[in-house]
Amino acid sequence: MEPLSTTAFLVSAAVKVLVIFTVWLLVVAGVTLAERKVAAWIQDRSGPNRVGPWGVLQPIADGIKNFVKEEHIPGGASRILFHLAPVMAMFPAFVVFAVIPVAAPLPTPWGLVEVIIADLPIGFLFVLALASLGVYGLTLGGWASNSKYSFLGGVRASAQMISYEVALGLSLVPIFMLAGNVTLPEMVRQQQNSLWYILPLMVGFLFFSVSYFAETNRMPFDMVEAESELVYGFHTEYSAMKFAMFMMAEYANLVTASALMATFFFGGWDIPFWTGDNISVAADGAVVGAVPAWWITLLTAASFAAKTGFFIFVFMWVRWTVPRFRYDQVMSLGWKVLIPMSVVYVAILGAAMLALDAAGIEFGVRYALSLTAINVVLMAGIVFWLDRRRIILGAAWRQVRPQQARSRG
Amino acid sequence: MDISQLVFYLFAGVAVASGVLMITRKNPVYSAMYLVLTLFSVAAIYVLLDAHFLAALQIVIYAGAILVLFLFVIMLLNLGHDFVPDLRGKFWWFVGIGLGLVLFAELFVLARNAPEASGPDVLAPLLRSQGAVGAVAEPLFENYVVAVEVTGVLLLVAMVGAVVIAKRKV
Repeated sequence: MEPLSTTAFLVSAAVKVLVIFTVWLLVVAGVTLAERKVAAWIQDRSGPNRVGPWGVLQPIADGIKNFVKEEHIPGGASRILFHLAPVMAMFPAFVVFAVIPVAAPLPTPWGLVEVIIADLPIGFLFVLALASLGVYGLTLGGWASNSKYSFLGGVRASAQMISYEVALGLSLVPIFMLAGNVTLPEMVRQQQNSLWYILPLMVGFLFFSVSYFAETNRMPFDMVEAESELVYGFHTEYSAMKFAMFMMAEYANLVTASALMATFFFGGWDIPFWTGDNISVAADGAVVGAVPAWWITLLTAASFAAKTGFFIFVFMWVRWTVPRFRYDQVMSLGWKVLIPMSVVYVAILGAAMLALDAAGIEFGVRYALSLTAINVVLMAGIVFWLDRRRIILGAAWRQVRPQQARSRG
Repeated sequence: MDISQLVFYLFAGVAVASGVLMITRKNPVYSAMYLVLTLFSVAAIYVLLDAHFLAALQIVIYAGAILVLFLFVIMLLNLGHDFVPDLRGKFWWFVGIGLGLVLFAELFVLARNAPEASGPDVLAPLLRSQGAVGAVAEPLFENYVVAVEVTGVLLLVAMVGAVVIAKRKV
């Protein structure tokens, strides 16, 4: 199929932006409801069930409420930054989704359209760049409110997000080494041709998910809100729509994080055990692999949505399972555990890849399986040896053990 | 006018304006935010030059990490209330203006002697064959590997020094 003409490219880009962002905004609105429903389910309550059947119209009711509520600006607040902060939190959270491939390429009468808003040559670095900008909204929101609780939340946000950005970047180095590229469609293609990276890069997934939980300030790491310590953290002083914008930014980050986990480690839009969706476009515009069709695009989009939805659920599941860390524990986990271990992991995997290349094994299923074996060993090592019953069982085991000894003896 | 030229003038204007605002604001938090805006606009100009990797690094490192640290320090120490201008007296004004003129002269010299092997025409085939990261990484780790390693050691020394100073009992 021929490459798109300039006009077709512009039109397709506009249509993609409209469709993907509309769906995405609806998903973000739905996630706010899903969070409350999942919370209710885990705590054995009903959750919101008054607005519409099963409470499905609750996000709309929330939106109307937030629009018509009175807006309060605290005295002594820095007005410009107070107004700008929610926007600065929301903008990066929304733009990041542009580089994530959503489905297999869609054939149209004007040419093959890739279902991704912007296939940037820097791919993941764009995600990292915008994720690092998200901290300004939180920090400045806390500072501009002229309140000590907000301020503490803002300072915590800047320290925590800088620390975990390093761990986040390092945890993805193994993927770049394996894929030899940083663009996300290329990673999806490579996972289709070998194994999903969750197997050969299991330990990397552990590091990535922990750092991304911290980067999005979700529950075990939500030190910036910490309602038992800081009232409501950096957005204590915010009300009405500005508060809603902070919440939308948080849920947008949550959806993006889930989509990234699905793309990096679970094959993106790939449908497992089926080669009919292995479609890719070579550099000269030729289509490689299966023949594109509209129903394949729909099926792969559904596959992507299912994976993303699962990780959104995992985020909520963790929120209602793991208690909040203490602030110094968060920092020492980032600097003293995650960063050194990621560096060691990069070194081990680099050596393993050099050895595999030297042994003449081509990149493919066998290559990935050899790395999987190494990762299983490393994972077992991390869980049973490095942990020494501290992180997984928590600090309580020291008190629990004498009691157990007594009850046994 | 070409659309990329329009984009260039937009971002160049924003970069210069926010640069001027950065040094004239009295509140250091606003200054830091204008510096972020400057860095962001410069990153956009890098993208126009097809230097995608440089643009990403500019945002990740400068706008995303270093400026957040600046902001952290400004906010934590509550700086900027006892405001004293850095340029005190006529002498320092002249020094400042003189240094500014030297920088301007350097710009003109650079504009005259711009290297020919640069710009999107040269970069585009390189980007296609090696990707945005490879085009930077390959010369860095092949032709300039000694310089990279030496810089790494230098940064390590600085880091150890910072830790030693921070650990010293006062």
